[in-house]
Amino acid sequence: MFPHRHLLGIEGLKAPEITTILDLSEAYVAQNRKTNKHLDVLTGLTQINMFFENSTRTQASFELAGKRLGADVMSMAMQASSIKKGETLIDTALTLNAMHPDILVVRHPNAGAVNLLASKVNCSVLNAGDGRHEHPTQALLDALTIRRRKGRLHRLTVAICGDIAHSRVARSNILLLGQMENRIRLIAPPTLLPSGIDQFGVEITDNMEEGLKGADVVMMLRLQKERMDGAFIPSEREYFHRFGLDEAKLAHAKEDAIVMHPGPMNRGVEIDGTLADDINRSVIQEQVEMGVAVRMAAMDLLARNLKAWRMRDAEVMV
Amino acid sequence: MILTNARIIDPEAGTETQGAVRIENGRIAEIGDIDGDGIDCRGLCLAPGIVDIGVKVCEPGERHKESFRTAGLAAAAGGITTMVTRPDTDPVIDSPEILQFVQRRAASDAVVNVLPMAALTKNRAGREMSEIGFLKDAGAVAFTDTDHVTQNTRVLQRCMTYARSLDALVIAHPQEPVLSAGTCVTSGPFASKLGLPSVSPLAERMGLERDIALVSATGVRYHADQVTCSASLEVLARAKAVGLDVTGGTSIHHLTLNEFDVDDYRTFFKVKPPLRAEDDRMAAVEAVASGLIDIISSMHTPQDEESKRLPFEEAASGAVGLETLLPASLRLVHAGHLSLAGLFRALSLNPARRLGLEAGRMAKDAPADLVLFDPDVPFQLDRARLRSKSKNTPYDLQRMQGRVERTLVGGTTVFEREAT
Repeated sequence: MFPHRHLLGIEGLKAPEITTILDLSEAYVAQNRKTNKHLDVLTGLTQINMFFENSTRTQASFELAGKRLGADVMSMAMQASSIKKGETLIDTALTLNAMHPDILVVRHPNAGAVNLLASKVNCSVLNAGDGRHEHPTQALLDALTIRRRKGRLHRLTVAICGDIAHSRVARSNILLLGQMENRIRLIAPPTLLPSGIDQFGVEITDNMEEGLKGADVVMMLRLQKERMDGAFIPSEREYFHRFGLDEAKLAHAKEDAIVMHPGPMNRGVEIDGTLADDINRSVIQEQVEMGVAVRMAAMDLLARNLKAWRMRDAEVMV
Repeated sequence: MILTNARIIDPEAGTETQGAVRIENGRIAEIGDIDGDGIDCRGLCLAPGIVDIGVKVCEPGERHKESFRTAGLAAAAGGITTMVTRPDTDPVIDSPEILQFVQRRAASDAVVNVLPMAALTKNRAGREMSEIGFLKDAGAVAFTDTDHVTQNTRVLQRCMTYARSLDALVIAHPQEPVLSAGTCVTSGPFASKLGLPSVSPLAERMGLERDIALVSATGVRYHADQVTCSASLEVLARAKAVGLDVTGGTSIHHLTLNEFDVDDYRTFFKVKPPLRAEDDRMAAVEAVASGLIDIISSMHTPQDEESKRLPFEEAASGAVGLETLLPASLRLVHAGHLSLAGLFRALSLNPARRLGLEAGRMAKDAPADLVLFDPDVPFQLDRARLRSKSKNTPYDLQRMQGRVERTLVGGTTVFEREAT
């Protein structure tokens, strides 16, 4: 139930396909809690992580996921390599492609760059975040976390708060949660909302109390200071006052509402530090755990397709 | 020479008539029922050749993208008899010496007429005025910094005031430079889905408002080269209503494509300004039909594969258009928005008039710059077969209707389609 060659975005995934990934992820959550975490699902396959943008947690998560499944994993910090020598993205991709990798995990600062790369290589490509476009595995790990905590992934009220304009996490989450028929509320100052977002099937407010009312899930986004070039918000303290999540604002959500954050957090800017550490409300650490499982599931499914297609191609050749 | 049995399109009179055209000494000598043997046009359309304002020929500087030879051949094959070339070359055409280089190259290599424009400010940097007087004497037909919008309003005001004293035509790309900096698509739900940096059509309107205010203060002759959305069409209409010497143009891409064509980050659809929403495209089409937009251009901008095979944000802007201008424009005719005579007002008559040229007319004594074309013949565009050195057309593999059969410049055939 997952007929795809690449995982470039949530766009194009159907509800049953999302469920397929999440179901398989559950098995890997259990596996990851065992003492012996090693499996041979990807044995013999080569996974290359190409990160054209700084990343610690996502890169570590993909690397660990690949290693636990038995793949040969290589991580490349692309900022430090050939890009500096003026090589284009496509040339870099073709060079690596010639080494016969089976899975490429790519993060790039430009929207659409991963799609471009995927069109030039003959292996499976996973998007680990491209510009402000998509970050599909983050949305999937968020979905898995929600489903485990809430027992379902539909008919929930999910509030997504903060810097939506610069966030690929928000876009992927809006697509996924919408596909699974949830009610989505966006809470942000209007300067941090992308244009035309009202046509994405979401409710929009710039009032935290109003937006959090009755929410089952509160998803906080990082204020992407590095992507900002002036005058989006007056100051961090005013932002925290109006849009930062603290106990008082969270009191408007449902009593059992969970608090999520894709990390890394700006404590005291978008989320109160104590709340982030509150194990009764915050599932931030669990999100990280789910991340490894979801990435294992995604790579497993793509590798199954890859093997099947290669077998079919080989038959055609004969 | 006599061209017989033609469907003669007269954009001035707004008519189509059957008849013949006699050419003598490079000019139209007679139109009507003419006895005698000549070239049988088989009832195809004969119109004044296209005058295309804003063609980029990449000489000097980037001859691997386009040269006067290849641009001339492409223009001839597209029914364009006069290319009005842009100064955004490397180096910029901002001195009479560089202008003369371009004129020399054009005269020796291009099979169609070439009239160069020069930069309004030195190096198109928006700081110092270029030598408008010298350049005009040397043959520059208009002054423009193309897509480099003059940020400093005081500089622009002085350039316009000075240009006014020489009766020079200033052509500008209306855009608020700060709002549009670093953007590559039109804002809206589609841009947000793609996650690309976007600009509101408001930026074009604000840029045009500023320019129009300066035009009314200085009295300069002004042409806005790309008016692409309904918000700025209102501004253009107001300027014309109060009698300012203002004209508006748009590119064929903004008349035939919209923002959705970018689809999955297709960089051949990256142009400046970015493709607009369908409502704005339709508003521009209606403005051409009503005459509010005076001129349609190809905005021919050659880019090599390397500069397009990049992530969308980093890829170069622009599309080639010399050979596709006429067939793409004919879409507007086939869709019932324009008559053939109305189309050739925007392609030939109006641009020629704006530049004070004799061309663009189907009249006795006008230069015999003519295009003979079949408006209906269908074909599928294959970009590999374009005559331009660069093949960055957004119409690749698209179905089009209408093809040039023969092009004449000054009575001489410069293109004739080979029988297939």
